[in-house]
Amino acid sequence: MDWIQILSNTVESILSPVTFAFVLASLGLAMHFGFAGLLNFGIAGFMAIGAYGYAISVLRFDLPWWGGMLVSIAAAIVFAILLGAPTLRLRGDYLAIVTIAAAEIARLLFLTNTFDDFTGSASGLFGYHDSFRAANPIPEGTYGFGPFTYSETDWWVRIFALAVLAVVIWLLWALSRSPWGRVIKGIREDEDAVRALGKNVFAYKMQALIIGGVFGAMGGVVYALPSAVNPTVYVTSLTFFIWTALLLGGAATVFGPVLGSIIFWVLQAFLTNVLPALAQEGGILESLTSQQASTLRFILVGIGLMLIVIYRPQGIAGDKRELTFVK
Amino acid sequence: MSNSEPVKATGLHVGEASPGVAKVDPILKASNVTRKFGGLTAVNVEHVEIPRGAITALIGPNGAGKTTFFNLLTGFDSPDTGTMEFNGKSLSGMRSHQIAKLGQVRTFQLTKALSLLTVLENMKLGATDQAGEKILGSLIPQIWRKQEAEIEKRAEELLRRFKLYEKKEDFAASLSGGQRKLLEMARALMTNPTLVMLDEPMAGVNPALTESLLEHVLDLKKEGMTVLFVEHDMHMVRHIADWVIVMAEGEIVAEGPPDQVMKEQAVIDAYLGSHQETDLGVVTGRIDIIDDGEKK
Repeated sequence: MDWIQILSNTVESILSPVTFAFVLASLGLAMHFGFAGLLNFGIAGFMAIGAYGYAISVLRFDLPWWGGMLVSIAAAIVFAILLGAPTLRLRGDYLAIVTIAAAEIARLLFLTNTFDDFTGSASGLFGYHDSFRAANPIPEGTYGFGPFTYSETDWWVRIFALAVLAVVIWLLWALSRSPWGRVIKGIREDEDAVRALGKNVFAYKMQALIIGGVFGAMGGVVYALPSAVNPTVYVTSLTFFIWTALLLGGAATVFGPVLGSIIFWVLQAFLTNVLPALAQEGGILESLTSQQASTLRFILVGIGLMLIVIYRPQGIAGDKRELTFVK
Repeated sequence: MSNSEPVKATGLHVGEASPGVAKVDPILKASNVTRKFGGLTAVNVEHVEIPRGAITALIGPNGAGKTTFFNLLTGFDSPDTGTMEFNGKSLSGMRSHQIAKLGQVRTFQLTKALSLLTVLENMKLGATDQAGEKILGSLIPQIWRKQEAEIEKRAEELLRRFKLYEKKEDFAASLSGGQRKLLEMARALMTNPTLVMLDEPMAGVNPALTESLLEHVLDLKKEGMTVLFVEHDMHMVRHIADWVIVMAEGEIVAEGPPDQVMKEQAVIDAYLGSHQETDLGVVTGRIDIIDDGEKK
């Protein structure tokens, strides 16, 4: 077994744009679920809106890269309002049902042949990189060390993603420690009690839904930034992977989702590399083909999620006293 | 019971004390308010006025519609018909948070402590007109820091008064049932209300704590607030209420000062029962009364 290669591939995932996209989306979920108590099972929908919003406006409407990102943000706001307006006055479960359905509707609309001219249907969208790469201030060449050796384009994507991440982390942190954050957490605990104190609960929930949704959309943009937009990415299982990352780190924290997403992807990368190798070597995984062994990681993710929820419901970074996150 | 008898407010009504009687200075008025749940008429109040600056008790058997009426008055439920007025302002079409902003705060029958917020955070949440609660203002601490310090000071004073100061950094989830009741009342006071509506403040609270809650309710009146509460503890009602409104089957069946109302036949029939002063054991025949025994 080539341990050096396995470890190098594993470590590399820390700085991968996909990891950053997960961090952004799980920070959005932290705002929704961790702080406001909104059960959003459609974060993949917000990511799809972000990715397609960016790619379509750059490819089909010739907007510059930043214009595309603004369109993504605006689209996420509209999506959040559409989801929230009918459901935020109802009990939390309704939002869960509506979001999971809306995310699927969004994905199927992007997938259908009807809008092929805009969405590229099943083959997705690609080749929208010119504008973003033209803005790259880094001179041509290869930089970095060890597993973190990238071209100027790859660095530009990563630096940009990190900058977005820094802004989002600051926003979430600033909001969560403010009196606004206190109201939001109060709503998570009992919205009638907060209502009785004269706060407009609906407006606060809508604001939280929009902010978290925009974070999710930026996650989608970062996901699409280095590569292509593919409709098979934004499926319901993406939503649940992001939930896993969130719960692993700690739902009601700012750094929990960051930590959770990184651990999630490091583990994924490690298992993707190590399981097929183990299968080839023989031993305990002898009876599996390398493909089967690679799929085994999803089973392990599921088991991991169960163990977190049972034994450490507050997540890695959560408050010890905060023993339950589901009421 | 406390040593000093509370001073009762008198002369609250105009004319004979009867259901729907006009008050000298009403803070809250409701007329023709009905609320139906399917075929069941939960509330059917022709007219009622709540006197300002006094403690009014709303009593009645279980299912009389007291809590439903409470929900209607506070905007947590909307009536099928009728009008309500608070401080001369019509409440129709208003949402609960808008009504709360007018200075009418409520507590709940099942105490609603915000469990995973600390006691102090629970209190601070009660303060009104916070600049830092606006989404944009919240991002710049310079805008709200000063106000936050003032709010914290006021919250700490109230916590001392309610004997919760030592608990201020604990999650509300760690409080006992009685302490949660205290916290909910203290939090309600953070809104600087003019009318405090308490839904069964004494339910499930031990006698010593009941006494301290009683004192707190009396203090509210001393500070010029109006109190309306639902309660089943008749001793408490007699002790602190200035005015009693009796509901049964959704309607108001009697009104008046406590000692007078409790003697009315309609109230005894609908709610109190004829054995209200006798020990339960005597009613059920499990214990003999001493002088009964002597007769045997």
